[in-house]
Amino acid sequence: MIAYITRLTAISVLQMLAITILAFMVIHLAPGEPTVLQQDLQARATGAQRETLRKLYGLDKPLHVQYGNWLSRLVRLDLGRSFLPDGRPVWEKIRERIPVTLSLNLVEVCIIYLIAVPLGVFAAVRRHSFFDQLTTVFVFLGFATPDFWLALLLMILFGVQLGWLPISGLRSLNWEYLPPLAQVWDLLSHVILPIFIGAFGGLAGLSRFMRGSMLEVIRQDYIRTAQAKGLPDRVVLYKHALRNAVLPIVTILGLSLPGLIGGSVIVESVFAIPGMGQLAVQSVFARDYPVVMGLLTITAGLTLVGNRLADICYGLVDPRIRVAGRNA
Amino acid sequence: MAACSRSETAAEPVAAESGPTVGDTLVEASIGDISGLIPNITSDSASHEIGNLIYSNLVRTDKELRLEGELAERWEVSKDEMTITFHLQKGVRWHDGEEVTAHDVDFTYRYMIDPKTPTAYAESFRQIKHAEVVDRYIYRVTYEKPYAPALLSWGIWILPRHILEAPWKAGVDLRTTQQNRRPIGSGPYVFREWKTGEKVVLEANPNYFEGRPYFNRVVYRIIPDQSTIFLELKARNIDMAGLSPIQYRRQTDYPAFHKGFNKYRYLANGYAYLGFNLLDPRFQDKRVRQAMAHAINKQELIEGVLLGLGRAAVGPYKPGTWWYKDAVRTYPFDPERAKALLAEAGWKEKNSDGILIRHGQAFSFTIRTNQGNLVRQQTAEIIQRRLRAVGIDVKIHIVEWAAFINTFVKKKQFEAIILGWGLGLDPDQYDIWHSSKTGTDELNHITYKNSKVDELLEAGRRTFNEAKRKAIYAEFQHIMAEEQPVVFLYVPEALPVVSSRVRGIEPAPAGISYNFIKWYVPAHLQRYTR
Repeated sequence: MIAYITRLTAISVLQMLAITILAFMVIHLAPGEPTVLQQDLQARATGAQRETLRKLYGLDKPLHVQYGNWLSRLVRLDLGRSFLPDGRPVWEKIRERIPVTLSLNLVEVCIIYLIAVPLGVFAAVRRHSFFDQLTTVFVFLGFATPDFWLALLLMILFGVQLGWLPISGLRSLNWEYLPPLAQVWDLLSHVILPIFIGAFGGLAGLSRFMRGSMLEVIRQDYIRTAQAKGLPDRVVLYKHALRNAVLPIVTILGLSLPGLIGGSVIVESVFAIPGMGQLAVQSVFARDYPVVMGLLTITAGLTLVGNRLADICYGLVDPRIRVAGRNA
Repeated sequence: MAACSRSETAAEPVAAESGPTVGDTLVEASIGDISGLIPNITSDSASHEIGNLIYSNLVRTDKELRLEGELAERWEVSKDEMTITFHLQKGVRWHDGEEVTAHDVDFTYRYMIDPKTPTAYAESFRQIKHAEVVDRYIYRVTYEKPYAPALLSWGIWILPRHILEAPWKAGVDLRTTQQNRRPIGSGPYVFREWKTGEKVVLEANPNYFEGRPYFNRVVYRIIPDQSTIFLELKARNIDMAGLSPIQYRRQTDYPAFHKGFNKYRYLANGYAYLGFNLLDPRFQDKRVRQAMAHAINKQELIEGVLLGLGRAAVGPYKPGTWWYKDAVRTYPFDPERAKALLAEAGWKEKNSDGILIRHGQAFSFTIRTNQGNLVRQQTAEIIQRRLRAVGIDVKIHIVEWAAFINTFVKKKQFEAIILGWGLGLDPDQYDIWHSSKTGTDELNHITYKNSKVDELLEAGRRTFNEAKRKAIYAEFQHIMAEEQPVVFLYVPEALPVVSSRVRGIEPAPAGISYNFIKWYVPAHLQRYTR
């Protein structure tokens, strides 16, 4: 077992190195250099700035030297400083945005699972029923609706026309002066629409998957055996079948973990939520290399860690995997 | 005055309103987060706008776009026009209580010319030969040669020496100091907080030397999506925003909006152009460029793309400025004349597709412009159709901004571009048109070279005499109109709307923001108490 884990770790280190090279190349291959987000050139500003900036950022050095410098800092867990005039440490910029995105996504994922699993199960159990067809239509709507469009429609309805919910942002301007309970409601009312939009799209895929998985299990011999034993349908379906059908879903949950800090670019932009997705887009447009590389490395690194943890767990429960690995 | 500006206000009930009252908050929206709070080293408009409220400048322009003193009470230009002596107001204080003195001005100057300072505005300060603090309130600068844009360049934000000099001398990158995050300024508003990606809050400076501003607070909400800003505006959660032509004309033309907001319009400080790469032999022939000017219908662009909210550009200046010359050669829409000019230049025959050919080469080129600017994209499409009508085949390539500027424009990898110039408040355009400014990082992207123009541009910045300068730039504009180094397309209008509860706005050639600290909301209409 120890050998197995050591080998996995060694592979992970190599993969991590590959990730850093990719993260570095991706942004440096993109045309354009760090620049300001302006659509008009100003006659007042001269070009002299660029050479100063290139020197300041070390962009005048050859690519492999730049990569070496970045990597040596990265090993010491230093992601460098942003190229924007705010010059802030990359980690600080990322850290302040994680809580918002993470908590929004956690709530979203919980809602998705709470609704999608029962939805999928019922659709599978009552296959071809009216309910099944209704969810199918709903699912395809969820897939097909562009989320920014739906978001704008809901903002117009609830924000502008009815005035029930705030349109964008995370807090009202007078948030600091509200009593505690009102503060909570204020926050909630701001995130209802973004969470709904995020969940609506995710719901579709997962409930389909749950339905498929359940249908698969229902066809198995042991279910027939259980039915033949004369067990009531309820017990067969929700005790024997469901437990097995949910397993693949748990795997998906594991894979979605890195996405939790990724943030949705569209939802965060449309609703003006200062999260990770916004940071990613803005950094790419401004060619803020250190921030983009930092984000890519962190997200890819998390995915890697998630996969490795899963591998180790598989190894624990299933000896065949680690034995086969050794012989390969 | 050509800079037309008028308010489209629904008749306002003129109740017995008391005079200007202190109070309320003005909420604005910004599409991007600010990039820092030392505006001298940023170049995005949001940072500059906020910087203008926090800091003061030595000089500024008034509502007629004329120079006036701000921190400088007055100034003298020596007889040889090489030396400027600024006399500072006494008793102006930084937000932390220290007095603003000539030493602060001197520090700002030294910081600007430091080669390590990442600023785009150093050029004019590098022309200074000698600078001295004469006494606490007198600052004197001497230039290598007379340099007319000098005065305006002192519209730079003056930085606090008592805070920044120590770290600067210790070699600290000032971007990483507290000043860039929680600045101390001397302007009408005091910095209160900056929540990254969310908002920037400023509070009235009760000790501002020109009087306390009426708004208690100014809040900039950061909303990275144009449609969301518009919805927030319609819901009246934002008090002020700039509209696009279609929003101005079509989407805000209903009673509730008219009741909630006043609309303003005035010529923006810039123009759009179709520029050619003059290293390309096809575009070196003046007649070809003139032909394109005749082939393009500017009025159609203004009607179709700007919905009438703009003016045809005839040269590189904004109409209404004292140096603007109206009576220059213009190019009315005339496809026949365009064809004749092209024929003169050797483009006579057509191939089977109806495209002009010369020496077996079809006249075909690509116009590049940046993504995210619908007005420019539509302009490109209309031009494409008009040029096709005279036998020129045009392709359009839309590129994301950073790639567009760095890969295509700066490296001169283009045949034609549609872009805009934001203009300064001085007629000097040395950096755009002078033949010495054609390097990769310089602004003469189209590689325009004309020795007469070079001469005029040099002469224009060597005298402070307005009459002389006017004559020099008039001649410059005649040459520009004749030569058409670019096809000058249009000057768009700025289309701001402001909540109708705000009083004291007086549109002028400078726009509406110049007297911002005099804006107020009558007590009974105030909306935010905290």
